[in-house]
Amino acid sequence: MSEAAFFIDHSRCIGCQSCLQACAECDTHRGVSMIHLETIQRSDSVQTAPQVCMHCEDPICARVCPADAIKKTPDGVVQSSLKPRCIGCSNCVVSCPFGVPKYRAEIDQMMKCDMCYDRSSVGKKPMCATVCPSGALTFTTMEDIQRTRSGIPINTWKFGNEVVKTRVYVMVPREVEQVNVDLVQISSTPTALQDDPYDVALMLEDAQ
Amino acid sequence: MRQPEFPVRGSDTAHAFGWGLLVASALIAAISVGSRGLKDFDPALVSYAGASVFAAFGIGYRYSMWLRRPPTRMYWYRGWQLFMKPQHLLGNIMHLASIFWNNIFLQRFIEKRSRMRWTAHWFLAWGCLLAAAVTFPLSFGWVRFETARDNQEIYSAFMFGIPVGSFRLGTVVAELTFNILDIAAVMVLIGVFFAFWRRGRDRDARSVQQFSNDLMPLILLFAISITGLFLTASTHLMHGLHYVFLSQLHAITVIFTLLYLPFGKFFHIFQRPAQLGVDFYKKAGAEGEQAFCARCGEAYGSRMQMEDLKAVQAEIGIRYQMADGTHYQDVCPPCRRKNLALAQDGLWKAHGMDVRGMGKEL
Repeated sequence: MSEAAFFIDHSRCIGCQSCLQACAECDTHRGVSMIHLETIQRSDSVQTAPQVCMHCEDPICARVCPADAIKKTPDGVVQSSLKPRCIGCSNCVVSCPFGVPKYRAEIDQMMKCDMCYDRSSVGKKPMCATVCPSGALTFTTMEDIQRTRSGIPINTWKFGNEVVKTRVYVMVPREVEQVNVDLVQISSTPTALQDDPYDVALMLEDAQ
Repeated sequence: MRQPEFPVRGSDTAHAFGWGLLVASALIAAISVGSRGLKDFDPALVSYAGASVFAAFGIGYRYSMWLRRPPTRMYWYRGWQLFMKPQHLLGNIMHLASIFWNNIFLQRFIEKRSRMRWTAHWFLAWGCLLAAAVTFPLSFGWVRFETARDNQEIYSAFMFGIPVGSFRLGTVVAELTFNILDIAAVMVLIGVFFAFWRRGRDRDARSVQQFSNDLMPLILLFAISITGLFLTASTHLMHGLHYVFLSQLHAITVIFTLLYLPFGKFFHIFQRPAQLGVDFYKKAGAEGEQAFCARCGEAYGSRMQMEDLKAVQAEIGIRYQMADGTHYQDVCPPCRRKNLALAQDGLWKAHGMDVRGMGKEL
């Protein structure tokens, strides 16, 4: 049996926000949720999408950090910036291909999802994966995910000419070997939608 | 490919070695001149001065290595360019004083992280800086004390050989002067106590702290402070019992810390002022042209930062150019996240599956 890994399946997200609440319970960033939950207002339906740190093999956030403040633990988890070093420039925030790091102006520091290191470093599941009811966020073994899902997990991404390998996997159809990220434009931006008081997407955004 | 605006030439190691030697030589020259050709230099403190010269070499070496990194280099030069702009220089100096007071003296940003952390850090930082302000000038022969020629009750202080003041023994000033290192040691011990208390109880700290990086500096500061206080106790309470041994033990702890200074956590003392430079960069960015996301059209940062980042990315081999001629750096973080979900959704659709990945033919 292989070691447990983190798997994301955006398409399974039901927008319940359990991950947001649970994330803030983590001891490494108490009271502050590090996970992102995007609401995408498509013309045919609303999609919600959770985004945790993908924990890149060669993290771009660390490469562009002028203070050399972002470090990866030997087990491959990219940590929040080191408090004594971070100078709050936000280079990491705007360079991360996955849009993960958060700059917290009040403490002048970048913080990010660290896979609930107080838990995952001792073999427990990260908080978000513990509470996710739909399996959009899963922390399990490779064997288990392959046995229970129709797609395959992959961890290779291409942003323009930049190939990024990550510790976190995303579920894709079996024919896919890497995700080539092109800009996906959708016509239904919030301003393009009609003002609907029962619009689920707007309700979700209000709740946040 | 665009040329770097602030190019790096030559070998990193040779460059850093050169800077290390330069800083160490500058300190030796300053010791020589400041002690009036070693006339005021106290040979008993030569081991402290020697360790300081080594620390100066290490700090010069590491600082130079740090500035060779393209993102650091970009902020360093851009920060100085923005600060030195003639039309803004006066305002910048005023702003510098304000952010120095808040960020360096009061350390407000640490207070907002946690009161316990701030208490520990404030006492550690100012205890150490107070001790450094006294011990380095003494070790380098820049400051010396002597009794007045005509009155044994009066002590005179000299800086670079110039008399700067005198005080009578037994006065408050005399007590403060003679015990200033004890005061600094008590401040450091208060900080060490709070720091260990927090590190022992805080589950965040306990999960990520490392012995060499987080606990070792506290142990060193504790050792310096406690052996320093032992010297005072030996003199005043125990008639000089084991004074020689204690002074050697104290010297060992100080010298070891000086040797560790450039390589461990203490290096942030020299790195941290960069935070002030970044403040000017962010201020200029907020006042200047904004960058608008290629996908949603919203402003998400300064145009200057995005352009500087593209230059840094090109230099370190991050290739975000898209096939259609756009640049991924021009997409805001929320749109990047949305884009990933849509890309995954698109893959399922492209392969004739429904978006839930249940393998159902569409």
